[in-house]
Amino acid sequence: MTVASVIYTLWLREVKRFSRSKSRLVGSFALPGLFLIVLGTGMGGVFRYREEVSYASFIGPGIVVMSLLFSSMFGGMNVLWDKQFGFLKEILVAPVGRMAIMTGKTLGTVTESMLKGLVFLTALAVWGLVRVDVPGLLLTLLFMFLISGAFVSLAIAFASRMNDPHGFPIVMNFIIMPIFFLSGALFPVAGLSGWLSIVVHLNPLTYGVDGMRYALGAPHEFSPLFNLGVLVGFWAVTTVVGGFLFNRISI
Amino acid sequence: MSFEIESGELFGLLGPNGAGKTTLISILATMLPATRGSATVCGFDVRTQADQVRRSIGIVFQDPSLDDELTGEENLDFHARLYGMDSRTRRSRRDEVLALVDLEDRRNDLVKTYSGGMRRRLEIARGLMHRPRVLFLDEPTLGLDPQTRRKIWHYIKDLKESSGMAIILTTHYMDEADQLCTRIAIIDRGQIVALDTPNALKSHLAGDLVELQTPSPSPEFIEHLGDIEDVDQVAVEDGGVVLTVARGESCVPRVFEIAQKLGVEISTVSVRKPNLEDVFIKLTGREIRENAIAEVKDRIRIFMQRKRR
Repeated sequence: MTVASVIYTLWLREVKRFSRSKSRLVGSFALPGLFLIVLGTGMGGVFRYREEVSYASFIGPGIVVMSLLFSSMFGGMNVLWDKQFGFLKEILVAPVGRMAIMTGKTLGTVTESMLKGLVFLTALAVWGLVRVDVPGLLLTLLFMFLISGAFVSLAIAFASRMNDPHGFPIVMNFIIMPIFFLSGALFPVAGLSGWLSIVVHLNPLTYGVDGMRYALGAPHEFSPLFNLGVLVGFWAVTTVVGGFLFNRISI
Repeated sequence: MSFEIESGELFGLLGPNGAGKTTLISILATMLPATRGSATVCGFDVRTQADQVRRSIGIVFQDPSLDDELTGEENLDFHARLYGMDSRTRRSRRDEVLALVDLEDRRNDLVKTYSGGMRRRLEIARGLMHRPRVLFLDEPTLGLDPQTRRKIWHYIKDLKESSGMAIILTTHYMDEADQLCTRIAIIDRGQIVALDTPNALKSHLAGDLVELQTPSPSPEFIEHLGDIEDVDQVAVEDGGVVLTVARGESCVPRVFEIAQKLGVEISTVSVRKPNLEDVFIKLTGREIRENAIAEVKDRIRIFMQRKRR
């Protein structure tokens, strides 16, 4: 049994489940869509970035990241449902390595998240809020991949430690929401001061949002290589922590 | 506890909820580390050769463990891929096990549309996909209606006869153990209190049981009953008296004689052969039934949670 086929098996399961759940698909578009439309048009009158970029354009890349963050975190947290409904036992008793299981699960969820993110990206391009060229698109995909992968692993780490789905709202309110709001997805990072600046700079998602802005031709702060480096490092950390905790699940 | 199981055997682990049956299976299936002692499955040590053990066993868990957003066939496919089967083997085994549990016509339906019995059958089929040498069935009929239970018994019996696998079954249903198993270990509080064939276990209680229902069993009456020749044991339960005797039929007239003399009223009387339940009560001093009921209630709660999802 090769590791690759275990990964493929787990990936295939995620993709099959995802392609069947129409209601979840529609539901996952609701919140980022609302943010984009309400904030983008509502705030448009009072905020223009450096007098030249509309607010909707400014938050566009951040909305794609929001969609990625939410769907990656929720996808990773699905390990909890597998625990609750017993399917995790079937997976863990099979003669295969846990890292391969976690990798397959991660890649499956990344696929789902990136497809959803691409739907938003297309909408933004059609609306004329972002400029997309081929090198930019490739770089965008790379950033999307890194953001999604890192946060799926983070979610798996949480889900491995938790024992029932009641922890979902806690993670939602105390992890996902702060990470999103403190990422510079909705406001420029430059010019922040005090604690807010520190927190935003410590937030790995800040560099994901910034990297996406660069790739999509929107105003950005940091160098793209630095952004990539931070995301790769963050993914490495979440993989090690997530892998360690996932390994320790016993049923 | 210490025991050995041969291939081709259908070995029952019988005991109340919390006796340690599932823990024992979890250790044998390498899901839980043993705190002490050792175990081998097909010659592989469960501690140091977990992968080989996992490859040689199939397991049907006590709790549901299917992905109900996949179809029956996809659940089997998933399993087959994890166990490293190529696509041709996968397809032929899949057809084979689906036929075995009569689920061919529902193979392309999502598992969430299956009934409890169908899910159980699919789980059994899945456990057989990779042709394990040892099959663990942890409470295979828990929470199922009597008809479905009978059907599943039928599949398990077929398996035993056709495959030559060693099958290890846990249950707290006496009739299930009695019907299916070639040998039974009765487990209570983590200890094996008896290990033998069902018939040998039942012969521990030689003779018949005579049960009397009486509203007022006076101490004097009990004492006199004990004096009847070949009465082994007199047990008083609420609202009744149980006599263990060599021959029940010849004992009953004597019982009535005594009752008449003492003016004791007897509302019903019955004579029966001892069953595994009586063996269990004798060995452990408690009944298994209360536990069973509590567990079925648990099961109902679990299914309700599932619905709320």
